[in-house]
Amino acid sequence: MSRSPLTATSALSTALLLALSAPAWAQSHAGHATTPTTTTADTAPADGGKVDHSQMDHSKMDHGSADHSQMDHSTMDHSTTDHGKMDHSKMDHAAMGHRVPKAPAPTEPLEPIPAVTAADRLAAFPPIDHGAMEHAQEIHSMLLVNRLEHWDDQHGTGQAWEASGWVGGNINRLWLRSEGERSDGRTESADLEVMYGRSVSPWWDVLVGVKQDFRPADSRTWAAFGIQGLAPYKFETSATAYVGEGGQVAATVEVEYELLLTNRLILQPLVEASFSAKDEPQHGNGSGLNKVEAGLRLRYEFSRRFAPYIGISHERMFGDTADYHEAAGERARDTRWVAGVRVWF
Amino acid sequence: MSFPKTPGTGTPPMPSRRLFVQGVAAGGVVAGLAATGLSPRAFAAAGPGLVGAPQVLSSQDVQLSIGESLANFTGRTRPAITVNGSLPAPILRWREGQTVNIRVANTLQGHPTSIHWHGLLLPANMDGVPGLSFNGIAPGEAYQYCFTLKQSGTYWYHSHSMFQEQAGLYGALIIDPLEPAPYHFDREHVILLSDWTDLDPGALFRRMKKLAEYDNYYKRTLPDFLRDVRRDGWAAATADRGMWGRMRMTPTDISDINAHTYTYLLNGTAPAGNWTGLFRRGEKVLLRFINGGSMTYFDVRIPGLKMTVVAADGQYIHPVSIDEFRIAPAETFDVIVEPSGQDAYTIFCQDMGRTGYAAGTLAVRHGLQAPIPERDARPLLTMSDMGHASNGMAGHDMKGMEGGCGASMGHGAHGADPKAPRHPASETGNPLVDMQSMATEPKLDDPGIGLRDNGRDVLTYGAMRSLFDDPDGREPGREVELHLTGHMEKFSWSFDGIPFASAEPLRLNYGERMRIVLVNDTMMQHPIHLHGVWSDLENADGEFHLRKHTIDMPPGTRRTYRVRADALGRWAYHCHLLYHMEAGMMREVRIEE
Repeated sequence: MSRSPLTATSALSTALLLALSAPAWAQSHAGHATTPTTTTADTAPADGGKVDHSQMDHSKMDHGSADHSQMDHSTMDHSTTDHGKMDHSKMDHAAMGHRVPKAPAPTEPLEPIPAVTAADRLAAFPPIDHGAMEHAQEIHSMLLVNRLEHWDDQHGTGQAWEASGWVGGNINRLWLRSEGERSDGRTESADLEVMYGRSVSPWWDVLVGVKQDFRPADSRTWAAFGIQGLAPYKFETSATAYVGEGGQVAATVEVEYELLLTNRLILQPLVEASFSAKDEPQHGNGSGLNKVEAGLRLRYEFSRRFAPYIGISHERMFGDTADYHEAAGERARDTRWVAGVRVWF
Repeated sequence: MSFPKTPGTGTPPMPSRRLFVQGVAAGGVVAGLAATGLSPRAFAAAGPGLVGAPQVLSSQDVQLSIGESLANFTGRTRPAITVNGSLPAPILRWREGQTVNIRVANTLQGHPTSIHWHGLLLPANMDGVPGLSFNGIAPGEAYQYCFTLKQSGTYWYHSHSMFQEQAGLYGALIIDPLEPAPYHFDREHVILLSDWTDLDPGALFRRMKKLAEYDNYYKRTLPDFLRDVRRDGWAAATADRGMWGRMRMTPTDISDINAHTYTYLLNGTAPAGNWTGLFRRGEKVLLRFINGGSMTYFDVRIPGLKMTVVAADGQYIHPVSIDEFRIAPAETFDVIVEPSGQDAYTIFCQDMGRTGYAAGTLAVRHGLQAPIPERDARPLLTMSDMGHASNGMAGHDMKGMEGGCGASMGHGAHGADPKAPRHPASETGNPLVDMQSMATEPKLDDPGIGLRDNGRDVLTYGAMRSLFDDPDGREPGREVELHLTGHMEKFSWSFDGIPFASAEPLRLNYGERMRIVLVNDTMMQHPIHLHGVWSDLENADGEFHLRKHTIDMPPGTRRTYRVRADALGRWAYHCHLLYHMEAGMMREVRIEE
């Protein structure tokens, strides 16, 4: 595939940029259409002759019927060709369209085309009601609860979730995403994103919408812009930029992978990083990289739709963010065991 | 008997896996629904006793009643759509030249229906495609089909309404020739293969749209990778995984739906039911194979017997002797076998993905069974299969190709053979096109994925040749090229990246001879069926080769066929994988004056 080679790492580092220049991703396999060595000669309608190639004298080859005007030699890459190794003895001349004309095919059909009667016309184009053809539904939907888990660390227990869903067609979809966490019976964070998503290439969707934070307290509303999709090597990737009340600009990047130990036992590594542009002590956020979460979850798919898992998750805060949280008596680094279930509908 | 609720989720009710493949012995239609208003006679014709003895209707005037019945192929009773209470539908047996009158009544609750006579040449308003040929048959109403049989051979009929074909609405249609056949046989059996699911077919479609890879439990794992590293070395193994990874595809994607969802049937009988066709020693037995499956390619063989193929899609061919053939959905093959030496032979029909099988027995008397062979090893798609390398370049030979598949083409493509297709502009930047072929060939002599070098003689399109010369004779006056396209994950399918809903009709001029060029730009195999007229497959030299109604298109192929536009009207043109058609791989072909 001639898709611009994109490694997983560069996918990560460029993801945010691409959120702003998404159309660049719209190129699909366009490049394939014009790959090199298109030496196809448009032959005139075949004459249907057969030739004994063992007797073939190339000096008599009739190139007259070949249209070479469309050949683009400039794109031909002969640099890697070792002509010394070409073995012409195996050339299939029959497939090359160099046919010697024989008796021309008839211009009139051997089996005459029946004359059309008025009755034929009536039978051929009967009146058809609009909507007579039923079509399979075009609007579909899916809700994936990717993580619904209980966690346990040195300092307490809690629950966390991450879910996403879509409703729509092949190209345009309404996306819902939600993430949140409870600790010792208290909801620490919870948000819901409602976004319009549009496929701009086979593997990438561009999203715009809003995110509502419900926790922590004084909940904020953000405008959200993002991309999500399947990066080369099958990394599930999403990158979203948020512009919030008070002029804050934040971003989240998430990458997920599935490593098949068997076709039902699946190890799912995931990394999520969040950033803020402005220092906001009242929200506990410094500027720059705020937080990185890395998780490793091992699930067993009893069915495609139902898979319990266990895993380990490490979270680390950076810079001022870490300082603010430590000042509030929290820990900047945390490792937890998790157990949960992945389901979809 | 209570009527089970149709599961809305698309989760297969899973009996044991073994039961799923084998089905139940006394499977079949359990009963018609009281509400359908079928005659008691139709009920009597159904019943579990149906196994092995399909109803044959051979009158010129036929009454068919489409209704809902209960069927049990897996141990669970499920709703099915049947004709005269039977699944498969009754065998229709007519004679060439007859004019037949078929009254089709719809007794379904709240659903329109239709019957399409697959491969028959008839006026457009008799073709049975709602929205193109007629308005469909509303519940409680009937449609009078009337047409003259211009041909002979083995055909079939099925619903062309939504997913009714998957629910059981298909049957064999045999037309005896006026002139004696150019081969001798003493006895014959219809072998109608199909795929049954306990799911509501609409729910199965919704499931495909959510997670198309649902049934692919054969993806390559970490242990597989480590094995390949040991066998091929680190560089080769990572290059191979890298290639597939960059494409975001998996080489085990042989079929979208497999035996994790389906129970495969032979004449409406699961393997455990052991459908049996009788023979006497020394007889020549004609087997009329029909693939009525919605989504399943079958690889068919009868261990211990050579098969002589004498007709394809109802049309005579030069006889060809083989051990095995692959039959695409909607194709028919007539084969002659001469059983002797054994009392019983197994007709073994494994699915292309090697996940299950349909099976039956040819025997000298009922109650016998020959051993059922092991399924073959599951095949892996190669880059060469997918038209991403010229012949002879195996997948792991391509590690030098920076930038993914097709960034450079082997010199093998430097010939007049148009291996490097020009792709239509509508594929460019199209989110519904996840792949394009780089180097395609007709591959007419290729037995196909999973059938190469298996030690058996396998039928190919190249080996089949029509018994007659091109009946039209003219060279095509023009050429239309269409690419088969799709997106595996979105489960969206189309021609040229444009799904049916937004596609313009393909217009042909009445009387013209034209050429259709198909290029497969997907990694799946597609049987392409044009209604109303023949599809005359050309050989690699562009000459008339084989008359068919359904042209199979493996991945990486470019195949051409001639069409004589001698049937006025609006015709359906589509992939005969039912869910691909419903997901958009369809066009209207309009033949106008």
